[in-house]
Amino acid sequence: MDTQVIGHRTPRVDGENKLTGRADYTTDWYVDNMLHGYPVPASISHGTLEALDIEPVLAMPGVVAVYHHGNFPKLYRSPSSQAHQDQVSEVRLPFEDERIHYDGQYVAMVVAERYEQARAAAHALQARYHQDSGARPGLLETREDGRPLESEGGLRGDPDSAYERAPVKIDHVYAIAPESHMQMEMHATLAQWRDDRLIVHESTQGVVYQHKAMARIFDMPEEKVEVISHYIGSGFGNKLFMWPHAVATAAAARELGRPVKTVLSRQQDMASGGNRPASRQRLRLAADEQGRLLSMRHDSTTETSFVHPYVDSVGTPTLNLYACDNAAISHHLLEVNHGTPCPMRAPGEVSGIYALECAMDELAIALDMDPLELRRRNYSYEDPTKGLPWSSKHLDTCYDSAARRFGWERRDPRVGSMREGDEILGWGMATSSWTAGRQPCMARVELRADGTVMAACGTQDIGTGTYTVVAQTVAELTGVPLDRVEVRLGESSLPAGPLSGGSMATATTLPAVAAAVRAAIDELKEVATDEDAPFTGADPDGLAFRDGALADEQGKRVAFDDLLSGQKLGSVSGDGQAAPGDEQNQYSFRSFGAHFVEVRWDPGISRLCVSRVVSSIDIGRAVNPVTARNQVEGAIVMGIGMGLFEKLDYDPRDARLINNNYSDYIVTSHADMPEIDVELLDNPDYAFNEFGARGVGEIGLTGIAPAIANAIYHATGKRIRDLPITIEKLMEP
Amino acid sequence: MRTFAYRTADDVTQAVTTHGADDQVAYVAGGTTLLDLVKLDVMRPTQLVDINRLPLGEVETLDDGRLRIGATVTNTELAHHPEVKARYPLLSQALLAGASTQLRNMATTAGNIMQRTRCPYYRDASAACNRREPGSGCDAMHGINRMHAVLGVSDQCIATHPSDMCIAMAAIGATLTLEGPDGKREIAFNDFHRLPGDQPEKEHELRPGELITYITLDTPIEGAGAYYLKLRDRASYEFALASAGALVSIQDGVIHEARLALGGVATKPWRSHEAEQALHNQPAAVSTFEMAAEAAMQDAVPHEHNAFKIPLARQAIVRALREACKDAENANEPR
Ligand SMILES: Cc1cc2nc3c(=O)[nH]c(=O)nc-3n(C[C@H](O)[C@H](O)[C@H](O)COP(=O)(O)OP(=O)(O)OC[C@H]3O[C@@H](n4cnc5c(N)ncnc54)[C@H](O)[C@@H]3O)c2cc1C
Ligand code: SF4
Repeated sequence: MDTQVIGHRTPRVDGENKLTGRADYTTDWYVDNMLHGYPVPASISHGTLEALDIEPVLAMPGVVAVYHHGNFPKLYRSPSSQAHQDQVSEVRLPFEDERIHYDGQYVAMVVAERYEQARAAAHALQARYHQDSGARPGLLETREDGRPLESEGGLRGDPDSAYERAPVKIDHVYAIAPESHMQMEMHATLAQWRDDRLIVHESTQGVVYQHKAMARIFDMPEEKVEVISHYIGSGFGNKLFMWPHAVATAAAARELGRPVKTVLSRQQDMASGGNRPASRQRLRLAADEQGRLLSMRHDSTTETSFVHPYVDSVGTPTLNLYACDNAAISHHLLEVNHGTPCPMRAPGEVSGIYALECAMDELAIALDMDPLELRRRNYSYEDPTKGLPWSSKHLDTCYDSAARRFGWERRDPRVGSMREGDEILGWGMATSSWTAGRQPCMARVELRADGTVMAACGTQDIGTGTYTVVAQTVAELTGVPLDRVEVRLGESSLPAGPLSGGSMATATTLPAVAAAVRAAIDELKEVATDEDAPFTGADPDGLAFRDGALADEQGKRVAFDDLLSGQKLGSVSGDGQAAPGDEQNQYSFRSFGAHFVEVRWDPGISRLCVSRVVSSIDIGRAVNPVTARNQVEGAIVMGIGMGLFEKLDYDPRDARLINNNYSDYIVTSHADMPEIDVELLDNPDYAFNEFGARGVGEIGLTGIAPAIANAIYHATGKRIRDLPITIEKLMEP
Repeated sequence: MRTFAYRTADDVTQAVTTHGADDQVAYVAGGTTLLDLVKLDVMRPTQLVDINRLPLGEVETLDDGRLRIGATVTNTELAHHPEVKARYPLLSQALLAGASTQLRNMATTAGNIMQRTRCPYYRDASAACNRREPGSGCDAMHGINRMHAVLGVSDQCIATHPSDMCIAMAAIGATLTLEGPDGKREIAFNDFHRLPGDQPEKEHELRPGELITYITLDTPIEGAGAYYLKLRDRASYEFALASAGALVSIQDGVIHEARLALGGVATKPWRSHEAEQALHNQPAAVSTFEMAAEAAMQDAVPHEHNAFKIPLARQAIVRALREACKDAENANEPR
């Protein structure tokens, strides 16, 4: 497809709004008569709330109400079904009972006239607890393994006997500490009831999901709930599904008959607004002497809270990244007294690929083989789980190109052999991958008499650039310039769109928008061929829409705005929908890439830094190379955090979160940024959708942490299998 | 939110009078420590006295060659001050290794000296902490104590003094001028901070209501090389796991005079006289630096998660000394 706008570097259409403060984030909303909610977090992780000293707090300035398990209205749990799109992050309703399952669980919510008053009262509220002994600390602090989950298992061939017979094998356990999303914008809710309608502004990655979940919880018809999220300061997965603060806020607003806004603090956001769960993964790989994989086994355990069974599916990449006839995965889930985990950027796979790609490196060493060569020898030409060909796989090109740009052929495989002054260079690599998904989607497009085109879809832009790619699609198909395209997203009353998650938003939304554009153009042709219209009597099918105008074969051309004005019409519109179809039975869809990482290790002062990352990623067509590259570069920076810094520190004695702020929870700083060289292959995947685009939001994160760990081994000879790789681990003899 | 009264003062006398000897009153300078801890409910002043308008914003060279720094000079101003860069490069380096640009723009010299520990249990009002609430216990002792001190610890408290700037001052040597309800006095910088002992809540020698007005640096060691090395989890905006500030002067390959102070590993800005002795009159060689590092850390006491700080501090010392010696040699070379 020859394109004018799609595939071209396009500045964000919402950039100016963001830079000038016109972008209305949830916290920016002030409505008349609005109250402020402030949750009161438990300060124990396991026990019972015995008493709350409410009276003195009610007497504090501005305090209107304090909600807790004794006076919270009766609501219903959401069934939390993905199929019905009413999934929530925590099925337990706020203040259901006196039980406390994690540090930071809300025991009450104060509502006051001003934010500061609500916060002051929340801090002043005295709670008495009965602390139960035996709080279960994090997965990595125990030897327990939890319960097996059959549904998460997978098997092909006979991995056990293949392993027994194989000449070369490795068997290691890898662990990843729990991580926090650390998105810029806190969770926030503004709830208003107008008559019997509930209107919620929320910083969410899924207006449609939250709208349905709210309807279930408040037992009301879906059409009476509206959820709005025009701008989101990112989420990384912790805003996919609704959390209890939103339910508490909406309930308070109903009880008090006034709008209520709740903005979580960073501390609350980190303790009770989602995290990437810790995982422990045992990898067994076996190969023949030529490095062909004979057996793969990936047994994993992840943790969750006692109030919601979140499963991070870490094993799946082992079933489909490489060609191997014998493979098995198994999964256990362990409840711990931590806040509920939830998806975090490339959930499951990023953790699984960490373990798998480190294990591959260890296998390469056992084979005395170049780690890149080992990956090439096990290249999968079809999806081993489905037995279907990949729709479009160019991982070999990624390997070639990234290795060449990195200079991989100059790598001396001997540990610690590449010295530069005080420093030793370590070079490592890993494969990167993320599944390509698509959901059903609807959209509406209006051609308007004022010369603008409006496209609307009930998805949202979490900062990734959805406004821009939708505008590009409209501009591409209509020839109307971008500055005359208006995009409306982030309202559940718009035609239902997808979650901004799973890297599916672009591939899901654009085909529906395209269908709506075409439907609107068809509508325009009908109008144009009516009586007393410019093309009266013409066959609508003989008209073409180009550069914002309808034209017939004789060369007569009428701009759509003139046409509409002439017919005294304000607009014509078209509804479109799109869904995955039969292609799903013909191909398997996945994105692949490769990361090459250089670390510098100064053994004299135990200082490590990532100095260079070279990546090639194949995401099909990059609809907007600017925002797509931004996703991969950002993911690389996040991956450095995962590899070297990030860890939620829970005190093992009482399971309380210690580092609940941006100072003590360490993310990558600017000074830690390496030189980054990202290449996006441009191979449109037309089997997947008409624009050839797979997603790009998550893949970049997969493979960074293992490439770092592998580079560290090359530099230091230390194989650190537990993330993050902090200084003391490198200092151990 | 706790309500407190807010007063400003235009001169030192007014500030001291407004403050009085009341320990519920606090001076506020940049506020980067104080306001943070008020919000966390750790500090609970009933009144603040803002000292930013006091005429204490100058850096001047005194007739005897010492450098006098006003209490409210910001960390940014001080780090980039030409006299500091030329004559006290160790101080400039240490300041620039601390916090972030934004914080340094607000943080003041006296405020930096007075900053509190970053021990997470100290900063969590619901945890047990002898420093915050005498006699309540120490949750760090058997808790997450990876960031904690190995030198100068007691069985009551093992929290580090987190400052970078103070490490340079400990090495350079300085005098604090204090002014309070009972008048004016001076105290040596290295006597100002206290070890926790059995009174960890007493962090320094300031008497109720006393204000730090000036910090006067000793005259620099002639021809000394300087190096501040900070080892930390990430490359910026992060407190030290171990840091070393070294000043060394060399004559004919032999160390004439050496100063060494350590950060991130001790309960106060830590001047290591043991290391300095080990360096004195010894050849400027790695083996000497290693002996000094051994000497500096010989009394270190590790806890469950911070034992690595002992070898890490030794590494910081050896490297800082090596670089300071290089710097001294470069300085001595005729240009
Ligand atoms: C996120 C973060 C990271 C940081 N990282 C680092 C780091 O890496 N390295 C580092 O060294 N520091 C670091 N800091 C600490 C920072 O340097 C201090 O907060 C700052 O120096 C304090 O100065 P201030 O003027 O803001 O003090 P304030 O907050 O105004 O005051 C602090 C204390 O000093 C008292 N005080 C202030 N002035 C006087 C005076 N003249 N006389 C008597 N008492 C006085 C106040 O009453 C208060 O008790 C960090 C701080 C933060 C918040
Ligand atoms: S180490 Fe000191 S500051 Fe930390 S908890 Fe113990 S007593 Fe408090």
